[in-house]
Amino acid sequence: MLIVAGVAWFGWLAAAGQTAGRPVSAAAHTKQAPQKAQTTAPPQDPGERAFQQNCNRCHNAPQELPRRVTGTVLLHMRVRAGLSEADERAILRYMTQ
Amino acid sequence: MRLRPRVRGAGLVAQGVAAAVLLAAPRPVLCQYTPSVSGAVGFLHNTNKGVTGYAPNFMPVALVPVGQHVLFETRGTFVESITPGTNGRSERTRFNRGYAFIQLDVLATRHTTFVLGKFQTPFATYNERLSPIWIGKFQDGPLTFPIGNNGAAGTGGEMRGSLFSGSKMSIDYATFYASNVTGGQFKSTRATGGRMDVYFPGTGVEVGTSYTYIFSGAHPNAFGAHFWWQPVGGALAVKSEYAHSTHSQGYWIETAYRLLHWKGPESAIGRLEPVFRLQQTFRNSPDGTDNLPGVDTHRADFGLNYFLPHEVRINGSYSRQFASTGNGNIWRTGLTYRFVLPAWPGKKQ
Repeated sequence: MLIVAGVAWFGWLAAAGQTAGRPVSAAAHTKQAPQKAQTTAPPQDPGERAFQQNCNRCHNAPQELPRRVTGTVLLHMRVRAGLSEADERAILRYMTQ
Repeated sequence: MRLRPRVRGAGLVAQGVAAAVLLAAPRPVLCQYTPSVSGAVGFLHNTNKGVTGYAPNFMPVALVPVGQHVLFETRGTFVESITPGTNGRSERTRFNRGYAFIQLDVLATRHTTFVLGKFQTPFATYNERLSPIWIGKFQDGPLTFPIGNNGAAGTGGEMRGSLFSGSKMSIDYATFYASNVTGGQFKSTRATGGRMDVYFPGTGVEVGTSYTYIFSGAHPNAFGAHFWWQPVGGALAVKSEYAHSTHSQGYWIETAYRLLHWKGPESAIGRLEPVFRLQQTFRNSPDGTDNLPGVDTHRADFGLNYFLPHEVRINGSYSRQFASTGNGNIWRTGLTYRFVLPAWPGKKQ
């Protein structure tokens, strides 16, 4: 009963989300690009696109990331999350512009 | 001297082109490779079949880059376990400390990174990607976690990286060899294996497979597969894993849905994330060494995460476990705070 209730619950939530249709990009949680949030179209900026596709797969975007450590954190994520060099550069550019 | 109109026009066009080129050129990346300390502190509670425990928890990550191609990184776990005493005695406390990884990464080429030291076993997804307390949707790991993870870490070397990355698909890999080390923080069992993931950005689907072979004991093989689906920019996340070992197998599937659509992620309801996880383990013969439940076990976990400002998260969950040895309820609550700090003064820019 619990399992059935859980599956039904999430089915309902997913359906409600699709009809509401206002996904929020990962950038909504960053200081760097708050204006880029609340869009339904895929982001045009390659860095923002790489950010959404890679970072949000495991965790929420940090709300604040000191600029001094962006290079270090991206180096860490390149190893841990298998980021390509191109994605690392694109995300760095997006987060520091 | 007066220029002819044609020459003056050409000059204006040239200036315009130069300005456009300057504006279109990529801006320099203003980042620094400064050592950092990040991680989380948390206070976790669980009541398992009527027995309540508390666990103040500190999980720091230290990153020390050497240039742009070498990184030293480590993650520690410091936990004070507080459990009730028996026969009217006061609580028992026990301090545990450990290191998930202590490793040196050398980013040798675009496709290859060499890792030396103590590293997290790259089997399936939970160990490397979901185990930090500020990431996992539930406080506890899945029941299948012991399969293939070789005690969560090994001491030796890894070769890993991104094989291919494009707009339609990306492929990454990790292979490892862990040697036999007895005692201390670098304790390890001799094993080898690896993982390969394929990610499709358009659909947000990731599939992968893992393998681990342990040289000692009964030489068990472990095979794993995972499937994740997270529509990009959406609120839904589906994660699942299957793992098979010599004497047991199991799977888990987790669904999380952030209620962003109710007035955005910063609203009172938009900060809420209900989570559900279903997991089952099956045993084909007794094996006291694989750390899975001794009998077939099924569990349903229901959780709620609430994301407060300033990287604070409150979570709670209820689990119902079914097994032939007895059913039980597990309640968990927790409060975590995630931080990222520079550990060294930066250069002036």
